[in-house]
Amino acid sequence: MLLITCPWCGPRDEIEFSCGGEAHITRPSEPEALTDEAWADYLFNRTNPKGPHAERWVHTHGCRRWFNVLRNTATNEILAVYEMGKPRPDGEGS
Amino acid sequence: MRPQRMRLASGGRIDRTRPLSFSFDGTRYQGFAGDTLASALMANGVRRVGRSFKLHRFRGIFSAGAEEPNAIVQLESGPRTVPNLRATQVELYDGLSAASVNAWPSLAVDFLAINSLFAPLLPAGFYYKTFMWPKPLWHACEGMIRRAAGLGRAPMDPDPDTYDHLHAHCDVLVVGGGPTGLAAALRAGRTGARVIIADEQNELGGQLLNNRQQVDGSLGADWVATACEEFVGTANVRVLTRTTAFGHYEHNHVALLERRTDHLGPGVDGVRQRLWKVRAKQVVLAAGAYERPIVFRNNDRPGVMLASAAAAYVNRYAVRPGQRAVVFTNNDSGYAAAADLADGGVPVAAIVDARLEAGDDAAALAAVRDIEVLNGFAVVDVKGRRQVAGADVSILNDEGAATGGSARTIGCDLLAVSGGWNPCVHLHCHSGGKLDFDSDWACFVPGRTPLASRAAGAAAGVFELAACLESGFEAGARAARAAGIKRRGRARKAPAAERNSPAPARRLFHVPSLKRGGEAKAFVDLQYDVTAADISLAAREGYESVEHVKRYTTLGMATDQGKTSNVAGLAILSGVLGRPIPEVGTTTFRPPYTAVTYGALAGRDVGDFADPVRKTPMHHWHVAAGAKFEDVGQWKRPWYYPRADESMQEAVNRECLAARNTIGVLDASTLGKIDIQGRDTVTFLNRVYTNTWDSLAVGRSRYGLMCGEDGMIFDDGVTTRLGDHHYLMTTTSGGAARVMSWLEEWLQTEWPELDVRLTSVTEQWASAGLCGPGARRLMDDLSEDLPLDSEALPFMAMAEGRVAEIPARVFRISFSGEVSFEINVAARYGMALWNALMTAGEKYGITPYGTEAMHVLRAEKGYIIAGQETDGTVTPIDLGLERMVSKKKDFIGKRSLSRSDTAREDRKQLVGLLTEDESEVLPEGAQIVAEPRPMPPMEMIGHVTSSYYSANVGRSIALALIRSGRSRVGEYVFAPLPGKRVMARVVEPVFFDPEGGRLHG
Amino acid sequence: MAARYSIVSLVRNAFGYHEGWQRAWRSPDPKERYHVVVIGGGGHGLATAYYLAKEHGVTDIAVIERGWLGGGNTGRNTTIIRSNYLWDESAGIYEKALQLYEGLSQDLNFNIMLSQRGVLNLAHNLHDLREISRRVNAIRLNGIDSEVLSAEEIKAMVPILNISPGARYPVLGGSLQRRGGVARHDAVAWGLARAADARGVDIVQNCEVTDILREGGRVTGVETTRGTIMADKVGIVVAGHSSVLAAMAGFRMPVESHPLQALVSEPIKPILDTVVMSGTVHVYVSQSDRGELVMGAGIDGHNGYTQRGSLPVIEHMVAAAMELFPIFSRLRMMRQWGGIVDVCPDASPIIGKTPVENLFINCGWGTGGFKATPGSGWVFAHTIARGEPHPLNAPFSLDRFAAGKLIDEHGAAGVAH
Repeated sequence: MLLITCPWCGPRDEIEFSCGGEAHITRPSEPEALTDEAWADYLFNRTNPKGPHAERWVHTHGCRRWFNVLRNTATNEILAVYEMGKPRPDGEGS
Repeated sequence: MRPQRMRLASGGRIDRTRPLSFSFDGTRYQGFAGDTLASALMANGVRRVGRSFKLHRFRGIFSAGAEEPNAIVQLESGPRTVPNLRATQVELYDGLSAASVNAWPSLAVDFLAINSLFAPLLPAGFYYKTFMWPKPLWHACEGMIRRAAGLGRAPMDPDPDTYDHLHAHCDVLVVGGGPTGLAAALRAGRTGARVIIADEQNELGGQLLNNRQQVDGSLGADWVATACEEFVGTANVRVLTRTTAFGHYEHNHVALLERRTDHLGPGVDGVRQRLWKVRAKQVVLAAGAYERPIVFRNNDRPGVMLASAAAAYVNRYAVRPGQRAVVFTNNDSGYAAAADLADGGVPVAAIVDARLEAGDDAAALAAVRDIEVLNGFAVVDVKGRRQVAGADVSILNDEGAATGGSARTIGCDLLAVSGGWNPCVHLHCHSGGKLDFDSDWACFVPGRTPLASRAAGAAAGVFELAACLESGFEAGARAARAAGIKRRGRARKAPAAERNSPAPARRLFHVPSLKRGGEAKAFVDLQYDVTAADISLAAREGYESVEHVKRYTTLGMATDQGKTSNVAGLAILSGVLGRPIPEVGTTTFRPPYTAVTYGALAGRDVGDFADPVRKTPMHHWHVAAGAKFEDVGQWKRPWYYPRADESMQEAVNRECLAARNTIGVLDASTLGKIDIQGRDTVTFLNRVYTNTWDSLAVGRSRYGLMCGEDGMIFDDGVTTRLGDHHYLMTTTSGGAARVMSWLEEWLQTEWPELDVRLTSVTEQWASAGLCGPGARRLMDDLSEDLPLDSEALPFMAMAEGRVAEIPARVFRISFSGEVSFEINVAARYGMALWNALMTAGEKYGITPYGTEAMHVLRAEKGYIIAGQETDGTVTPIDLGLERMVSKKKDFIGKRSLSRSDTAREDRKQLVGLLTEDESEVLPEGAQIVAEPRPMPPMEMIGHVTSSYYSANVGRSIALALIRSGRSRVGEYVFAPLPGKRVMARVVEPVFFDPEGGRLHG
Repeated sequence: MAARYSIVSLVRNAFGYHEGWQRAWRSPDPKERYHVVVIGGGGHGLATAYYLAKEHGVTDIAVIERGWLGGGNTGRNTTIIRSNYLWDESAGIYEKALQLYEGLSQDLNFNIMLSQRGVLNLAHNLHDLREISRRVNAIRLNGIDSEVLSAEEIKAMVPILNISPGARYPVLGGSLQRRGGVARHDAVAWGLARAADARGVDIVQNCEVTDILREGGRVTGVETTRGTIMADKVGIVVAGHSSVLAAMAGFRMPVESHPLQALVSEPIKPILDTVVMSGTVHVYVSQSDRGELVMGAGIDGHNGYTQRGSLPVIEHMVAAAMELFPIFSRLRMMRQWGGIVDVCPDASPIIGKTPVENLFINCGWGTGGFKATPGSGWVFAHTIARGEPHPLNAPFSLDRFAAGKLIDEHGAAGVAH
């Protein structure tokens, strides 16, 4: 069971949280201007890397707040925890 | 009661003043407190305790611990029976009853022992090569295989015992309470660190309880007692005995199983087993090592035993494991075992040492006792069929093969074997720890680990007692420091033990048989009958990966999970392939270390606690009224309220008629309710709902549809504007939590700039929905300050006031198409409101109705239920709700609606169906075809989503999603059902009061 | 080449102490060039190679496996086989697979131990009952066997099931596919490998692809830990690692990799003859021929590439299973593990072309890949050989996501996504 450090509550067991998938996917500001392909890219395509992955978590059974986690999907090592809206700390990706 | 003829007169950690009676396979015996079932059986001279899995050969006790492959028993009978326990780990209690497994009709006379005759036809993987022709043959053979397989029997009744879970946190978790673990816990404990030390046995001490080595100048067991006293006086050290650390998971989360009452026998009060979930800052793995066997022909005969186990039976349990022993070893530890046996009254006929030379101290142990030592020899075969009667020995050549030279047979009934030691690396490997190969000892030792965890002592490949104590002590100090404990603590000198000068072990895992085909009886995995020949066969056939060998031969897949067989197996594989052992690699070590009771994994989350049941404030009234209930999510909702002798259909008909002709009342409390406040609420609603919210006035309600970003309907409900910046959203009963989480996610992750706050208030409000022509009259009777006429409180409006003197919000919303008043009161007044409605409504014929009638009423009007008319593939347009889809603004999912497939004209669309036979109710889920054919396959164009008999319409009605449905109105379609075909006409999906006059009335 | 397997050959070899058996497949070094390179030596990849050779006469093939063949999800799943899918597209491909399975032992001359002991899906509430009715009707009209069972009929098949109305998850009924069942997962991989090898396919183990070589939007080969291998056509069949391989080829996929947990009990005498699944309770159980109860659960919520067991998921799974089978309580978990499943947004696979010419992909089987193995290989072989999908896999194209033509099978998986 992962140990995740909620930025507001501190370290807690994984079962208190829910994962919301890849972080830093911004909703297009003008969806109607996109092609079907571009819209599908936003809607469905995911980086899904084996290695560091920026993802969103919510402290469901705690403060119910969302935050970002940088986690290595190959080892489950948690590399960073950071607030929503902050850039990815390792400078990778968007 | 028979005498314990193999019991020593003195010594051991048993209590001779507490005799315990027990039975095995129906025979009664006596043992003593402190015995395991295995030691007690041995004390009574029971040599054969089981049969092997495949060939049904006799099996005897092989070890004294968790690695036992042979002595598998069924403990007790009835609801408290447990299959597949290892007799070496079952503590004896008075009245214990155990039986052997996998033998029928009895252990002595086992029909399937005939398999042994067919052994030449049953090599590894034989079943992959046959039973293919004719086809039905496999089916018949499989049945036989299934009946023959399996070991013990499952209980046939529910478990009467309880289990629980406990979360714990510590600075240092020490796994294993042998000399290394004790030294680690002592050292860490002295720094003030919070320490948990766990050991699977009934007392701490590990090997020190099994041998006669000394620590700090006193007998090991006495030193253990002193250490335990120190723990008792140290508040920061918690000792868990009978507790197995079975899994090492991510981020130093370690799972422990504590057996709290098993040693007391069945039926004891209290929690039987407890699952500890320990989050440790640091872990010290001091789980010790297993002695490993050497594989030779007929090495599975009862009487072949690990040397350290033989010594443990003498020292710890005061039992003679045989009358006359031969010790076969490739390292010095066999000599200590021989000495213990000899001193314990088991004459040792010879020590067969594969090496040309033993260490000086070891050699002296034999010399002093006048034990013959055969250097450079190996055991090549075992005499005796039912049990060991002698050992055939022969000279080994430099390559480790027996030459047949100087062959002789040494009579014995105990063949104690030591093939060196394998560190117990399981927990280290569970979460990604790597293994290194120690070529001196030819064993795998822990290497790199991603966790804050370190191995020490024998678990780290340190096999000498003095070095183990130092290793543990050091590990304890380092772990405490790494956990952030600054204090260094007193007594920084490690406990000391005598140092020996051991000679190196000889690498010998397997003595090839001198006979052709003899390898087929040289057992590597004793439980599953995997032989050296099987491993060679696998390699020969190309199953070269160690994982392939495991899966092809079943090596290491039995209940012992290969604790004594895996390394021997891969050593043999390495020989066959001509590749070094580390290159061959090991199979993956997977949790659990030893098997874990399902009950303990479930803990208290069973029965009533399996999943919370949610009940409305009026629940007890419904129960008293005899309601039948339906599960909706976690809610229990009244389904219908049958009166005496009423069928379900009769009850539902009555309820539906009442709701349209007098007054119906529905407990609507389960509806999801979200209180929304903030200056940007309108913007927010505009984004999450498909329709627009700009013009909604205070005190007015509006129906909204929510889509996922994929454009598919996600949930629906009515939202009411309570104040300038204050709204109340309702959701479906089952979808409330999902909608709440979804809205929070958008707010926090995508639109943090919006000033909107959400609060779930589902359980804060009780809700009763009145509908029907008498509803307004009843409201009038019960409220003084509420406007009720349709001018002041029109359809889709809300007013606050008192109903039956209870502060209430009253909503003119309707799911039935009748004039409706949905009365919301604080949850604690729910029952009072309901009682008031029922009492005051009696004279008007008020009739409570359940979810079934609710469904019928809404279907009569063509109102959808999200989750019934929709399934995640349905858009608002598919349902004919284009008017709900704003063209002017963006909303979640809007872009998806214009994708090429989603915008197609011929999608499945919501329509009504009327069967030709008015009394015929289509089954929900019936598939619809346009052109019926006598036989499948048939092209389906849709399915029935809702279908009822409608008492109000006076016939059956149905809703369906049908391809191009709207253009088919008036056409006939068909529902092919098992044994019949139903014809129906496609109609508009409204069956009652299509103009909606009643709603506004 | 290797002799046929039969009782006769088994007896004959017994006289030679089984020293005469040949390798089931060769262990060749990879050649510099092949017509087709299949990346991934799991069941789907091996089936692709086998059917390319058998149905399309293409034998200049290498199957490249990073580790040992069958070592991914093929050897980690709960071995359930069934074709009881809701949508026509799914029914088509899964039924094709089931039909191939029904003759696979004979076709491969390798007993895959197919055991059609029936697959039961339980309904615990009225919504489940409606869904089951809809599904059974659809399956039957697609010409596939399926029937609705009452709680009492289910109890007769599975006496140890708790159908008491007071249970937290009462059993109100269910569906049964009698032709469903289980097969020995490793044997499927080995049998396909042996049969493919016999037709000349090179199976190259311990060979990891490190790059996908392209020229002008067209695939030309792969870079591996055992050297460069050129190819006219390349098929990617790597389940959980699909995104990683797609990234090498420069495109993104609508898949995410999640750990899926499974566990087995110690072997016990037979108590469960049927495969029992419950989508509401998120658990599926069967008893293997060895006597182990094999259980699977839902996937972990987060992405992951660790093939390890996790505790919270199995605690929940076991608790849920015990509500259905109270007698499991005193039995014991012997082994737990995880696999990496690649999940598509609609819980249906992707089988077809990619943005790179002559590069094909077969992935997204989620929790349900094993049951599709031969069918998946059969259509993928067709797709690679012809350069165009077979009608059975045409609906499972990558571009369905842009069009919105999804095949939503979330209800079919029996597990939570």
